Order: sequence, then C-alpha cells, then structure tokens
Amino acid sequence: MNFFKRFAQNRGALIGLIILALVVLLALLAPFLYPDSPWRMVQRPFLAPGEVAGFPLGTDTMGRDVAAGLAHGAWVSLLIGLISTVVALSIGVPLGALAGYFGGKIDDALMRFTEFFQTIPNFALAIVLVAIMEPSTVSIVLAIAIVSWPPVARLVRGEFLSIKHREYVEAARLVGQTHRDIIIKQILPNTLSPVIVLASLMVATAILLESSLSFLGLGDPDTMSWGYMIGAARTVMRQAWWLSVIPGVAILLTVLALNLVGEGLDDALNPQLARAR
Amino acid sequence: MTLLSSVPGRLSVAALLVTLTAPVLAQSTPQAGGVANVAIQPEPPGLMLPLVQNAPTQRVAGNIFEGLLRYDADLEPMPQLAESWKISDDGLTYTFTLHDDVTWHDGEPFSAEDVVFSVDFMRETNPRTRAVLAHVDSVTAPDDSTVVFTLETPFPAFIQAFEVGTLPMVPKHLYEGTDYYNNPANRHPIGTGPFEFAKWDRGSVIELDKNPDYYEAGKPYLDKIYWHVIPDAASRAAAYENGTLDIMPAGSVENFDLPRLSEMEGSCLTEAGNEYFNPFAMLWLNNREGPTADKRFRQAVMYALDRDFAKNVLWNGLGNVPNGPFTASLPAHDDSLTPYPYDPDRAEALLDEMGYDGEPVRLLPLPYGETWTRWSEAVRQNLEDVGINIETESSDVAGWNQKISDWDYDIAFTYLFQYGDPSLGIARTYDSDNIAKGSPWNNVEGYENPKVDQLFADAAVENDVDKRQAMYAEVQQILHEDVPLAWIMELAQPTVYRCNVHDLITTSIGLNDGFKNAWIEH
Repeated sequence: MNFFKRFAQNRGALIGLIILALVVLLALLAPFLYPDSPWRMVQRPFLAPGEVAGFPLGTDTMGRDVAAGLAHGAWVSLLIGLISTVVALSIGVPLGALAGYFGGKIDDALMRFTEFFQTIPNFALAIVLVAIMEPSTVSIVLAIAIVSWPPVARLVRGEFLSIKHREYVEAARLVGQTHRDIIIKQILPNTLSPVIVLASLMVATAILLESSLSFLGLGDPDTMSWGYMIGAARTVMRQAWWLSVIPGVAILLTVLALNLVGEGLDDALNPQLARAR
Repeated sequence: MTLLSSVPGRLSVAALLVTLTAPVLAQSTPQAGGVANVAIQPEPPGLMLPLVQNAPTQRVAGNIFEGLLRYDADLEPMPQLAESWKISDDGLTYTFTLHDDVTWHDGEPFSAEDVVFSVDFMRETNPRTRAVLAHVDSVTAPDDSTVVFTLETPFPAFIQAFEVGTLPMVPKHLYEGTDYYNNPANRHPIGTGPFEFAKWDRGSVIELDKNPDYYEAGKPYLDKIYWHVIPDAASRAAAYENGTLDIMPAGSVENFDLPRLSEMEGSCLTEAGNEYFNPFAMLWLNNREGPTADKRFRQAVMYALDRDFAKNVLWNGLGNVPNGPFTASLPAHDDSLTPYPYDPDRAEALLDEMGYDGEPVRLLPLPYGETWTRWSEAVRQNLEDVGINIETESSDVAGWNQKISDWDYDIAFTYLFQYGDPSLGIARTYDSDNIAKGSPWNNVEGYENPKVDQLFADAAVENDVDKRQAMYAEVQQILHEDVPLAWIMELAQPTVYRCNVHDLITTSIGLNDGFKNAWIEH
C-alpha cells in the first residue's frame, strides 16, 4: 500500500504505467483484434490513415494493414524486451553476486570478464552477434542479453560489497549458514530494489535495440516488429510518411513509458532518496 | 484568313526545325571528357568477371573485360576483340580474326593464345560456358591474330556465345598455372576493356579510369567512372536527384520511385539493353528432398503465387508474367501454354492430395534490395495462405551464393539471364548433366529427366528451324507439367539516366557491355 502510494506520488510514473498498460493490452488483444497474419496483403497499397473504412492507420507499400502490424509488433517488442532482460539478469546477477561476495581473485577475474564486454560498443556487438547467428527471434534475444548484462553485474557487485559486512550477514555467518544461503537468503533480497529499477530501464533499452536491429534488416524476417515497419517504410518516406511515423511514435511512447515507470519505481523503492529530491 | 494562318504556321515549322536539328547536331559528335557517376546495387562480391558472375559484377566488370563479340538489339553479332569472323558452310568451323594492337591493362600484348587460354579457363570455372563449349572439339591459334573453333556438331547458337559475361578474355600471362581463385590479380583485375580498374573502397565506391591505350581510336570518351555503393534505396534516389549520380542502372531505383525520378527535368528512362539477357525471376525448388521434391507440391506453389499482384504492386506494372520456362521474347517460346493461374483452392487441394503435413519449408530471399525483400514477403504470405509453413532465412549476397551452390535451401529466389537462345540460357537450368555443387547458376534444383535432356541436346544442334521449334515446344510442355522450379516473372530492366549522357546503351546487353561509346554533352 505504502509502496503504491509513493509510486503514485510521481505523476509521470502513473502516466507511464497507464501507457504501458495500454500497450500490453494491445499486445494481448492482437490475436483477437487481428486474427489474420499482419503480413497479409489486404487492401490497395499506400492507403493513407482513414482513407478506407476498416483501415484506421492505412496500408503499407504492399497493402498490409498498418494497425494489424502495430498490434502484432507490440507483442513482439514487449516479448523480446522482457525475455532478453530476464536472460541478461540471469547472467548479470549471479556473476555480480559471486564477484561481490567472494572478492579477491574471483572478483578480479569476473570483473575483467565483465569489462571485456563493457569495452565493446553495445550496438556494434549486437549487430555482429545477430549477423553471425543469423537473424531469428532467439538470436536477437541472446544478442540483446549478451550486450546488456554487464551493468547488472556491476550494480549487484556494488550492492554486495556494501552489504556483505553488515552485522546481520556476520551473524548469519556465525550461526554457520552456507555461502549459498547467505548469498541467496540474506544479501540478494536486499539488493533487489535497484535491480528492479535497472531492469525496467533495460526492457526499454532492449525494445530500442530490437527496433534498431530490425530497422537495419537484421530482425527475424518472419516476425512483424515496429523496427521492421520503420525500416521497410523508410524508402517511401516521401510518398507515405505515416508508415514510418506511426510505429516510430509507438516505440517512442513505449520506451518513454518504461522510463517513467522506472523512475517511479526508483522513488517508491528508495523513499529516502525520493524525499531528498 | 489563309494568309493569317499560314504565316504563324510557317514560323512554327521553322522553329520546330531549329529545335529538332540543334540537339541532333550536338548529339552526333561525341565530346571527350567528363566523369560518369553510376549507382551499383548491391555491391558486387568481386570484379573478376571470369570467376564471379553475379549481376552487379557483370555490370561493372564489362568495362574492364571484353569478349570477342558484341550483339546489337536484334542479337546480331558486332565486332569487339574479333574484327571479323567466318562460319564455314557446314557450321563446324568458326574462324575469328582478332583486332591488332590490343594490349592488356598491364601493357602485355593480347594475342590468340589468350583466347585459347580463356576458353580453357572458362570451361573450368563456369558451368554455363562449359555447357556451351561442350560442342567444341578444338580451339586453336594458327597465328597471333587468328583463332579457330572446330565444333563436333553444328550448333547454331554458338555465335551468340561470345558475349563478355559468357566468354570474357582472361590474361594468360597472369593466370596460367596458378590457383585461379587465389590469384592476386583477382583483386586488381586486368582486362583489355576501355576502362581500367583503379580503386575499390569497399562499401563506398569503385573507381575505373580511362584506358589511354585503348585500341579503338578516340574511345572511350569518359575520363572516369565512379560506381557508388549506396545500399539504401532512398539515399540512392536522393543522390540522383541532387546530381551526385547520373546513371541509375536497372535495380538501383525502387520501382515505385521510377515514375518520379524519370519524370524529373533532364531525366530519361530506357528499357533498352535487355534483349540478350531477358532476366527471368524464378524460385528454385529443391527437387531432391523435403516437400518440394513432390511434383504436386511444386505445382501447388505455382497455383499459390499471385504473380499479377507482384507485377503490379512490386514492379510497378513493368515486366511480364511468364506462361512457362521460356520467356515470351524468345523465338522458341510456346505461346499455346496456359500460365498457371492464381488459384489458392487448387493449391490447397494439391497439398491435401500429397498429404503435406505442415513440415516447415525454408525460403531464401535474394538479398538484392528492397523490392526483392518485399517480394519474398509477398511470396511467403501467398504460400502461407494455402497452408505451407514457411521459415524465411536471411543472408548477404555471398551467403546466398554459398547456400544455393551447396543446395542448402528448400525454396530460393533467383533470377537468371536467358542469353538469347534456349541452348545458352535455359537448358543449363534443367539439363541433368549440369548438376554440380559449387555454382548457383546451374541445375541447382536437381531436376532429372532423360527426355528433357535429350530434347535440349537435340534441339541445340538442329539446324532446321521448324524441327527445333517442335522440340522446344515439347520441352516446354514437359517442364510446365513438372514445375522443376517456379517461374515468377520476366523482369523489365529500366535504366534511368541524365539525358545529356549519350550512347549509353548501344548493345543488347546494355550497361554490361561497358561505357565504351558513352559520352556526356557538356
């Protein structure tokens, strides 16, 4: 209750949550609203929004319904955003925890490994990975996860470093709890709030990355995504600007919403920080 | 009344004469100098035309390399490296007299020995040329400027086979006794053509310089050709509009942009230069394994494809929906064949009959730009509409070459040149002797039919036009029924260019014959 109140105090976060809920709803309803494949050529190409009844957002260069593409694309964007974040967390959290908890040589080794990934520009690495693995949903999720876990590892390590000398951790050690129990039951739960905030921002970044990859033609060729829609419409910008603008706005709103939500979560989970602001 | 009307009438006739003659006079005298900026899409995988046969390679390298002959719009031979030629009455001996004073770009003299070497080189490296040369018994060079081809049997289409892409001249002094594919000269190709290779900034520009020692006096007129690699179609169009590019070869302008660009002031469009190649878009269907091995499945694909949609929406109405394996412009084309109609119900019925169980079928698009990507999306949708489960694969040009050469595909986009005669351009796709891994241009679908082999072989060496026609008609009917591959479109090849570029296209292979005659009015 307290948590939600604090969250709702941030007006932006509330708006973000509403937008996000609408996008999720759109994604969930896509198979019911547009049961046909979004690739299906259903009308004359290049219809402007509203030009023909039943096609509120018009049709693209091949006569495919833009609204259907948008709805199905929402599902793809959210799914890839979520799954790649989960994968990134599952790499970053254990590595950061081990490095922070044990310190010493383990810490050195794991952090050098992490830095190795941090020194390569994210997007360039993602492009290379997808190109090597051949574009598909799986390779895109993996590529995004591989480029986005290092900040998680560093964050978790930092939290572990500051928590591991607290008295309750010392106490747990004294009563003979195993390292595993101490890491999982004592320290990890106390590092979660910054990780949750980071994760919400990572979903936003992942959606942007996926869109950028699709835009460059490195998306899964069988999946309708927002980035693909912009990429395919880019060449006809002069004839049909709305084909690029509509999915572009969708990406903008979703990413913005996720950022706002992340900020709200930060406020709600760190009340001291929020009040100090 | 008569006076009033006749005076302005005369005036306007005079004015008309002036406007008509002025440009004609200017056009008749080529002006030397100037630089041509041309789009090349996609970037060629290499420029060693004798080894790399992709369309973008042929387009650029036709300036560097030359064949013995060129062909006019009616496919009649014209001199190039061969000054004159003679065919014996029995059709078995072809004697070519070579041009004097021809040198390679590195200064070595070109001679008949090079021709003999090139024939062996191409026989070894190019399946299509190999198939043509199968009729040749011997190639000899009695002296430095004479080459004699002796045939085993008459082969009327043989005179069509000396085009630069089919039989380019390879410098013997650089390649003899070397590993052709790893020869350092591949990176700096040496030919006899009007332009020399200068520089290639990968991903940016290919630069060709005028060959100052070219053997045809006064030619070429241009000082330089820049081939700009601009992968994005919108950027290419903008580059043409703002004057960076002067010539947009077929395939570099998105079809929906053609009307806009060609209607700009000072912009011209021609469909000429397509007569020899007649590019034919097809879907390879792997006849060896998977659902595509079943004839009913392949027929279902033909019924499932909405080819008119592709023509009208993707190709802006340009091109032609084929009725079978031969393009309509070939004399041997059988007009009586009914094209497969767009009939999804029929396709579904055929799939039911064969018991297709939804096994995934891979679709490999041609990575040649937007239109081809969109086309593969349309084809995928057509096929999925009748219940075929499609998985699209992505690749670049080199990967596409590789996959098709290794037969690692189920359905794959391609387009093939027709080379003016069925025995040169079409038989290679269906002849079972032409099944060999390593080339994306032979019988890669793996179709085997002894009857078809026999008919193609007999027709190729048949001197009687009517008999030949009958054989080709029978072949077309068999292939039409068997559907070894899906014939999707005879492609138009529109070139958009600035009207002050003259004599750009003077042969039936268009830009691929190089810019020898082209000049810019300035």
